[in-house]
Amino acid sequence: MTIGLPTGQVEQLEAHEFVPTPDTATATGGEALSTGGMARQFWLVFSENKLALVGVGVIIFFVLFCFLGPVFYATNQTNAQNALLYSTQDAPPSAAHLFGTDPSGFDVLGRVMYGGQTSLEVGFAAAAIATVIGVIWGAVSGFFGGWVDAVMMRIVDVFLSVPLLFLLIVLAVIFHSSLPLLILVIGFVAWLVPARLVRGETLSLRVREYVQAVRVMGGTGRRIVFRHIIPNTIGTIVVNTTFILADAILLLAALGFIGLGVPLPATDWGSMLAQGVNYALNGYWWQIYPTGFAIVAVVVAFNFIGDAMRDAFEVRLQRR
Amino acid sequence: MIGYIIRRIGQALIVILGVTFLVFILAHVIPGGEARAALGARATPQAIHEFNSANGFYLPLYDQYWQYLRGLVMSLNLGYSYHYNQAVNSLIEQRLPKTLVLVGISTVFALIVAVPLGILQVVRRNKPVDYVLTGASFIGYSMPAFLLGQLLILYFAINIRWFSVEAPQGATVGAILADPRALVLPILSLSALTIASFSRYMRSSMMEAMTQDYIRTARAKGAGGARILFRHALRNALIPIVTLLGLSLPAIVGGALITETVFNFPGMGLLTTQAALQTDVPILLGTTLVATLATVIGSLIADILYAVVDPRVRYT
Repeated sequence: MTIGLPTGQVEQLEAHEFVPTPDTATATGGEALSTGGMARQFWLVFSENKLALVGVGVIIFFVLFCFLGPVFYATNQTNAQNALLYSTQDAPPSAAHLFGTDPSGFDVLGRVMYGGQTSLEVGFAAAAIATVIGVIWGAVSGFFGGWVDAVMMRIVDVFLSVPLLFLLIVLAVIFHSSLPLLILVIGFVAWLVPARLVRGETLSLRVREYVQAVRVMGGTGRRIVFRHIIPNTIGTIVVNTTFILADAILLLAALGFIGLGVPLPATDWGSMLAQGVNYALNGYWWQIYPTGFAIVAVVVAFNFIGDAMRDAFEVRLQRR
Repeated sequence: MIGYIIRRIGQALIVILGVTFLVFILAHVIPGGEARAALGARATPQAIHEFNSANGFYLPLYDQYWQYLRGLVMSLNLGYSYHYNQAVNSLIEQRLPKTLVLVGISTVFALIVAVPLGILQVVRRNKPVDYVLTGASFIGYSMPAFLLGQLLILYFAINIRWFSVEAPQGATVGAILADPRALVLPILSLSALTIASFSRYMRSSMMEAMTQDYIRTARAKGAGGARILFRHALRNALIPIVTLLGLSLPAIVGGALITETVFNFPGMGLLTTQAALQTDVPILLGTTLVATLATVIGSLIADILYAVVDPRVRYT
């Protein structure tokens, strides 16, 4: 069959096949090299920071503990009456209940796992929502500038000057608390800082040569924002998301304390603590210390990771 | 300087206007509307209709907003609490001064503790003291505020009985200040978070100041360690702290809400958390608005102070 083809066509085929190959090769090779280099450099700095590695270890431990733990340590966490059939209220730690039981007869160790699932889920989901809103808001505001920027940033100023907890409580009361709504509400009050940070970076990125090059080639504003500006703020975004995660877990805990947390029989670390501290005055220490330790450990770990990543990205920028 | 202050006040006014609009909108997104909140879930359509027309809820939105603003400015009208059967502004009036006292004392106390701590960490950097304080501040701002408050109660009020379990319950600011022993734990618990974050900032701000050229110049001219630290580095390192103070005010006021609830301190925060459990939305919106106004005015003052302290700001 190939013999039958005119030579010109073969050449064309070959040319067609041949030409893009080095092109894509250099492109992917180049990208792989640059991101590989960046990732490696990042990892070098990050791994020098022992605290950050401890932080990563703590997070991995707690994610496994909360989500896989129940497989190995099965407890009833949904039906208080059932739980009470097999245990007593406020029992101190024993072989049957490693961390004792709570006022409803739930096993506290199992409850820490179960509540941890909620806290971690809310933390991750709310941080994701806040980051997406904040990044898009900030990038659009910074990129278009002028009146758009002025109006969008005044809106951020307004929200930033409202004490977060007050706004959170109003929203939680108006829209009643259920898990998805709590995630939305916390995400909605946490997007302001990333919006400001990304806007600041966008202001300096939008005058760079490569953005002008995209413009000359006829790239739309949307393309510039999503393909060129946002990817270049990734360092700031990732660092900030880590801090939002820590904050979101604490905000959920505060809501739980006020009594606006997830409805029973679901629970989260904050609601558990709020219930525990009421009874701790009776000497039921096992109802606060395990949960308190878990929440402080996870939030400290996220803060360690965020700090280390900030250092890593900053050092990378300095070396470049 | 005057121009800067005027511009800054203008910004604050725009933010305040924005906040009133936000609160106005929030009042309108209550499912079922304010009529249901006031009259209960089983109100007849007739009663709801009468309530709505009596309160002007059939007017166009911009008209309602205008009425709301006018009421706010002319007669401090913040709405009416259906639970307490009392105007929201009179409820807040009784409690706001107490919250301001709590927030004020805690913030000043936090600054007094955090600045020396930050300096100490710079002087002893990478020594055990530095590590211990760094660790403590990480735990400080990673701990839920209510947990810290409850643990303080557990150890200092119940186990060793140094301080009272409850905050002072007086009706006036004077009565509250008259019972300092009961104020210790609320102030400690509210300032802990601020101390943690301020001492961190103080440390890094001081570190940065120490690397500046003017420090080397001072050293070259033979200034002693203490003189360099306090005369040259500290004065420059304090400048960012003033801005930080303005930026942290919303967090401190939010923290007061938790602290007041933990210690049963009769301020605006406690009013808010109690209203939250009773779904008393007018109170929630009122306290949110007032708390925001307080923080806006607070950061305005901080920014003006900043311009006084740092001459560079006035000309930019």
